[in-house]
Amino acid sequence: MTHDAASPPYLQVDDLRVRFSTADGEVRAVDGVSFGLQRGRTLGIVGESGSGKSVTSLAVMGLHDPARTRITGAIKLGGRDLVGLSDGEMRKLRGRDVAMIFQDPLSALHPFYTVGRQLVEGYRTHHAGASKAQARQRALDMLDRVGIPQPDRRFSQYPHEFSGGMRQRVMIAMSLMNDPALLIADEPTTALDVTVQAQILDLLADLQREFHSAIILITHDLGVVSQVADEVLVMYGGRAVEHGTVAQVMRGPQHPYTWGLLASIPSLHGDPEVDLKPIKGNPPSLINVPSGCAFHPRCAYAMKPEPCAAQVPQLLAVQADGHRVACHLPEPQRISTYTDEIAHVGVAQ
Amino acid sequence: MSLSQIGTDAAGVDATAVPVAPQPGMVGRSPGRLAWARLRANRTAMVSGWIMLFFIVLGLAAPLIELLYGISPFEQFQDKIANNSLPLGYFGGVSGEHWFGLEPQLGRDIFIRLVYGLRTSLFIATSAALLTTALGIVLGIVSGYLGGWIDGVISWVIDFALALPFLIFALAIMPTVTARFYGPRDEIPVPFRIGVMIFLFALFGWTGTARLVRGQVISLREREFVEAARASGAGLFHILFRQLLPNLWAPILVSFSLAVPGYITGEAALSFLGIGVVDPTPDFGVMINKSLSYAQTDPAYLIFPGVVIFLLVLAFNLFGDGLRDALDPKSSR
Amino acid sequence: MSEALLRVRGLTKHFAVRQGATGAKASVRAVDGLDFDVHAGETLGLVGESGCGKTTTGRMLVRLLEPTAGSIEFQGRDITTLGRRAMRPLRQDLQIIFQDPYSSLNPRHTVGKIVAMPLEVNGIKPAGGVKQRVQELLELVGLNPEHYNRFPHEFSGGQRQRIGIARALALRPKLIVADEPVSALDVSIQAQVVNLLRDLQRELDLAFVFIAHDLAIVRHFSRRVAVMYLGKVVEIGDRADIYERPRHPYTRALLSAVPDVAAFGEQRQRIRLTGDVPTPLNPPSGCRFRTRCWKAQDVCATEEPPLVAREGSAQQVACHFPEAVGVVNEHVSEVAA
Repeated sequence: MTHDAASPPYLQVDDLRVRFSTADGEVRAVDGVSFGLQRGRTLGIVGESGSGKSVTSLAVMGLHDPARTRITGAIKLGGRDLVGLSDGEMRKLRGRDVAMIFQDPLSALHPFYTVGRQLVEGYRTHHAGASKAQARQRALDMLDRVGIPQPDRRFSQYPHEFSGGMRQRVMIAMSLMNDPALLIADEPTTALDVTVQAQILDLLADLQREFHSAIILITHDLGVVSQVADEVLVMYGGRAVEHGTVAQVMRGPQHPYTWGLLASIPSLHGDPEVDLKPIKGNPPSLINVPSGCAFHPRCAYAMKPEPCAAQVPQLLAVQADGHRVACHLPEPQRISTYTDEIAHVGVAQ
Repeated sequence: MSLSQIGTDAAGVDATAVPVAPQPGMVGRSPGRLAWARLRANRTAMVSGWIMLFFIVLGLAAPLIELLYGISPFEQFQDKIANNSLPLGYFGGVSGEHWFGLEPQLGRDIFIRLVYGLRTSLFIATSAALLTTALGIVLGIVSGYLGGWIDGVISWVIDFALALPFLIFALAIMPTVTARFYGPRDEIPVPFRIGVMIFLFALFGWTGTARLVRGQVISLREREFVEAARASGAGLFHILFRQLLPNLWAPILVSFSLAVPGYITGEAALSFLGIGVVDPTPDFGVMINKSLSYAQTDPAYLIFPGVVIFLLVLAFNLFGDGLRDALDPKSSR
Repeated sequence: MSEALLRVRGLTKHFAVRQGATGAKASVRAVDGLDFDVHAGETLGLVGESGCGKTTTGRMLVRLLEPTAGSIEFQGRDITTLGRRAMRPLRQDLQIIFQDPYSSLNPRHTVGKIVAMPLEVNGIKPAGGVKQRVQELLELVGLNPEHYNRFPHEFSGGQRQRIGIARALALRPKLIVADEPVSALDVSIQAQVVNLLRDLQRELDLAFVFIAHDLAIVRHFSRRVAVMYLGKVVEIGDRADIYERPRHPYTRALLSAVPDVAAFGEQRQRIRLTGDVPTPLNPPSGCRFRTRCWKAQDVCATEEPPLVAREGSAQQVACHFPEAVGVVNEHVSEVAA
C-alpha cells in the first residue's frame, strides 16, 4: 500500500461519460465515473445489470460502436488519452497494452481455428518481426503457464474440445500473449462451477504477481471481489457510488446501496435463521434515471425530497484515506447506521 | 454484447422501475399491440396495406361495381371492334365508358373483367393459403412437439413434397383428375376446376408452413412455461393449442401473408398454361395468355392486366415483409 | 420420525445419446441411484456443480422426466409410474418453480392467465371466481393484484419470478421443487425472492426441495442439505453437519472454494481441486470423485462407497475415508473463533 502514493496510476479515468442513442431515447450508460489504477493492483467493479460496469470497461477497450455512442471525459492509459483515438490506433493498443477476458470464452474464441493458431495470430499481430516458431513457442509457454496439461497436444485442438474451465484458461493465455499492462476481466468466472472458479481466481492472482499488470475485475459477486481485488468501485445507475480498498468497502461501507448488497447475500457463516435485508424495488432504467441520487427511490435512509431526490451527490473522500462515497447522509450517521443496522445481516456479519 | 444488454434493460424496465400508480383494471400493452404500433410506424407497409385492402374491397364488391359501372364482364361490344378485330379508338379503346378499353375480337370490357378476375384470383389464393396454413399448423405442431417416429414420417413427407417439381406435377395431374370425373367432351364446371387448383396448391403448399411451425415448436417445447403446464397436469391439447399456438401466430401470419401473393402468381401461371381457369371466366392468367397474341398490335390489352397483377403481388409482398418486421423486430435488424 | 411426505429410493435417470461420427449408442448417467426423504414443511437443499444431476432430479420429482429406475413415493403412494390422469390430483400437491424468469412465463399470456393456468387445466373453479383467486395469489407474492391484465414483458426479472411462484401456489401444493429459483436474478433481487419463499413456507407450511449451486443460499434456506456429485448424493445431513462438520472430501472442497465476503481477510486453508468435473457419459469407476480427490486410494477405484450413516448420526456420507466425526472444518472454526 505504501508504494501507491509514489507510483502514478497506469490507468486514469476522469469524468467518463458514455451515452448511446436508441429508439427509446438516450441511454446514459456511464455518467461521470473517475478512478485510477496502478500496475500490480486489482480493481473490482461491482454492480447489478445496467449499472454501467461493463460499459465502462468496453470504453477502456475502445469497443463501442462510434456511430451510436458518445464518449466524453478522459481515459489515460500510461499517460495517453484513449478517448478520440482512431480505430486503427486503438487496434494497435488492444491486445498489446490492454487485453480482455470475457464471461463466455466459447463465443470469444473462433470455433473453426485451432487454439494454437489463434494464440499465434494474436502474438504476431503485435510482433511483426516474430517468426512462426517463436510465436508457437510463446503460445506453448503461455498454455503451460495457465495450467493446461500437455500444451503441445492441446495447441492443435479446437475450442469445443476444451472444458469450460480449460477454455477460460485458454482465454487468459491469449490475453497474456503480448504481456499487457492492463487486463480487463468481465465476469470471468460467472459461467464456471465454484471449484473451477476458485482455480481461475487463484491463477489470475498468480499471474498478476508474475506479470505485474493492472487488472479490472468486473463482477456482480462480492465474494469474488473480496477474495481477489485490492480496491472496489461500486456502481449504480451509471455512476460510482463508493470507492475504496476492499477492507474499507467490505468492513466499513458507507453507501446505503453497498449496505443493501452486503445485507442481501447470505453468508456461509453467521446465523442462517436471520432474515436477509433485501433492497426494495428494481434497478433503474438508464433512459430514465431517477433525479438526484439514482438510488434514492430504493434507499431506506433517503432524505426526501431534499437533498437526495434533488441533487446528485458527489463522490467525496471520507475520513479514511482513499475511501470515497457519494451520499448525502452525514458521515457520522452513515457509520452509526452501518454498525447498528447492517453489520449483523447477510455477509456483513 | 453489452449494447444489447442495455437495450433489453431499457425495454424491460420501463414499465416497472418507475413507480407508477396503476389504474384499476389497467390493461397492459400486449405483444400484439406493440407489433401493431411498429407496423403503423412503417410507411411502406402501411401504403402497401392500403393498396392491398383496396384490391380486396374491389374484388369483394365486384357485383356492386358491375351495377354502378353498368357493364357485365360477359357483354360483347362488337360494334366497337374494327374489322381487323382490334378495338376502335386509342390505346385499346379506352373511353369514358370503357375505362381500360375493350378486348380485341370479342369486345368485352377489360375493366370489369379485371375486377372479376381479381375476385377469382383472390378467392383461389386466399382459400389455398388458408388451407395450406391450417394443414401446416396442425402437422407442424404435432410433428414438432411429439417428435419420434411421427416427426420422422411427417418430415419425410415434407422433404418428398418439396422435391417434387410443382409445375410438372400440376400439368400432369390436372388432366388426369378431370378425366377421372368428366368425359373428354363434357363441359368441366368452373367450381370443379377451381377446387382442383386449390387442392393442388394445398397438396404442395403446406410443407413450408409445416416446416416453419415445426422449427418454432421445437425451440419452444423445451421452454419452461411448457414444462410448467405439464407439471400442472395439462394434456396434449392444452399444451399444443393453448400454450404453444399463441406463440406461433407471428410466424404463421407472416407466412400466410407471403403465401397469398405466391398463390396469386401460381394461379395466374396455371391459368396461363391452360390448366386452371378457362375462358369465359374472368382471370388474370387467361387474359395475359390471350393478350400475348396482340402484344404488338394492341399493347393496352397486355398492359392493364399486367400492371394490376404486378401491383397486387407487390402490395401483398411488401405488406408481408412489413408484418414480419413488426412481429419479429430482431430478425431484420 | 413422522411419515415422510416424499420418499425417494434408488432414483435413476440415464439418457440415451448418440456419440461421435459413428453414432454409437451411449448413455449419460445423469442421476444414479438417489435415496432421500422430505418431510412436510421442511426444506431439503440439493447442491452441486453443473452436471451433478440436481436439475434432472427435480424434474423427475414432479414427473416432467420419467425415471429409468427407482421409486418416488408421495404421501405413501408410489407415483413413479402413474399416468397423467391418475397423477392429476397429486399434481396439485406437487409443484415446481423454474430458474429462468424469462422462459418460464408464456409471453403471449397475461399474468392472470398464467397464474390461473393450473386451475384451468385441472378444472378447478374456486369460490369467488378465478379472478379473485388470482388476485389473492398475486397479493400473496407481493405483486399488485391490479396487474393481472399485464403481459410478462412488462415486468422485471424479480417480479416475473414472483409470478412463477404465484402460479406454483395456485393449487395450494404441499411440496414445491424450486430449481435455482434465484440464480438468474440480480443480487439485490435474490434476497427479496428468498425472503418471500421463507415467508410463504412459514405461512403455508410448505415443503421445499431447493435446488441450487450457491452453497450460501442453500444454507440460508434449507434445514437439511444433500450434496451431489456426478449423479450421486455424496453426503446428506443437517445444515450444521454439512456446513460445519463436512465429512466427504468433496463437500469440504466445495465449501472451501466459495469466495465468501464474511471470510474476507482470513488466511484460510484452502482446498483446491484440480481439473473439471468429469463427463457423466463415462463416469470414473468406483467412487466418482476419486479422480479429483486428494485422499483417493486403490480401493476408491474399484469399490463404490455406499451412502451410510456412522455412529448414530443422521449425517450420511459416501466415502471410504471420511473425516472423523467431530473434526470441524478448519476455516469455519477459524472464522468462528
